[in-house]
Amino acid sequence: MRLDAILRITAKFVLPFILVFGLYVQFHGDFGPGGGFQAGVIVAAAVFLHAIIFGLGQTMRIVPPIVVEIMVPLGVLVFAGTGVAAIMTGLNFLDYSHLAHDQIHGQEWGVFLVEAGVLITVSGTMIAIFYAVAGRDRK
Amino acid sequence: MVLLSLLAAVTIGIVRLRNLFAIVILSGIYSFLMASVMIVLDAVDVAMTEASVGAGISTVLMLGVLYLTKTEESAPVHSPALPLFVSAVTGAVLIYGTFGLPPFGMADTPVNTHIGPDYLAGSIPQTGIPNVVTSVLASYRGFDTLGETTVIFTAGIGVLLLLKRLRRAEPDK
Amino acid sequence: MTVFSPLIDHFNYFIIIFLMVSGLYVVVARGNMIKKLVGLMLFQTSVYLLYLSPGKILGGTPPIIDENFQIYSNPLPHVLILTAIVVGVATLALGLALVLRINEEYGTIEEDEIFAAGDEDK
Repeated sequence: MRLDAILRITAKFVLPFILVFGLYVQFHGDFGPGGGFQAGVIVAAAVFLHAIIFGLGQTMRIVPPIVVEIMVPLGVLVFAGTGVAAIMTGLNFLDYSHLAHDQIHGQEWGVFLVEAGVLITVSGTMIAIFYAVAGRDRK
Repeated sequence: MVLLSLLAAVTIGIVRLRNLFAIVILSGIYSFLMASVMIVLDAVDVAMTEASVGAGISTVLMLGVLYLTKTEESAPVHSPALPLFVSAVTGAVLIYGTFGLPPFGMADTPVNTHIGPDYLAGSIPQTGIPNVVTSVLASYRGFDTLGETTVIFTAGIGVLLLLKRLRRAEPDK
Repeated sequence: MTVFSPLIDHFNYFIIIFLMVSGLYVVVARGNMIKKLVGLMLFQTSVYLLYLSPGKILGGTPPIIDENFQIYSNPLPHVLILTAIVVGVATLALGLALVLRINEEYGTIEEDEIFAAGDEDK
């Protein structure tokens, strides 16, 4: 079981860095490569790693399947809700210019919310698919 | 050019091998090579996505499915002559078509003069975001991205419907 | 050199077409479902390269605005392909889920054996 111990400790050590890197990619997407799609996949990969090393049951206790299944539609709702909010401010669907006091800040808010929606849907879908595939028994 | 040739070599391996496990691992290598090619083509965002999605997520999912099924492909029953002929003819037609395309890397092609420069010029004054890919993705073409997100959502729902229903039905038996 | 220059200028496209055609061949010729999905993935990634290749400008940099650079590659194909990759893996997962259900129903992932099992049921 010595190899197993190495795997567990390495995974514990690496996991927070993967999550922080995912958040960095998410919030630094305005200035460097990155954005909601990549960050969602990286966060999902962190959950995959946890499930592979510590077993699916442990992971499902931390990230329950019901939460993941709520995340899948929630992201689309956040995205579409941002568009509806833009209509409320008197502009076209998904035109964020009036979301804050001036155009630049409005755009920044809009892009932030949209990327958050993408992050939630992508990571939720990937984790849900992984749970569905990994949760099955071999025939 | 070297990377592209390596891609072609890995592809030959994928086509010829019959062990599915080796094929899945080779497709992971293929995705990493593809990501390197994308960095050379200046598409850093896309390269990042390809490296994490193609080499990470899809390899894990494929391995999970291989564990549940079997890892050896049986010998083909039909002769490969007809598919080979169809592929060769398609390839020949496509190669004939490429000679009408502009050479690689030119700045004055229709692709590069139509709307790309507008995005590059407008991104900072209109949105304040230096990474043009993000501003186009989330702002200029937000509707497009909403559609893509909905497709991912739909695919996720489809997988859950396909794989979850059986488990819920089993306790009734 | 003049004879070879169109070949070198279009080398990208030749490799893309090779990848595309081998993906097509795998999808048509092989009966194994997972192999077919890998073939679809080959086809799909060749299309990514087909989109990205014309957007590259020699001497350009990635499209992140900085005052030190003047020439940027075209950002539009990057956006289209970025979303396409993630959608691609979502649809791939849908295909894998179908393969899993077929495997549970028929006990095989080979096309011919599935057709044979279907004929026996009739």
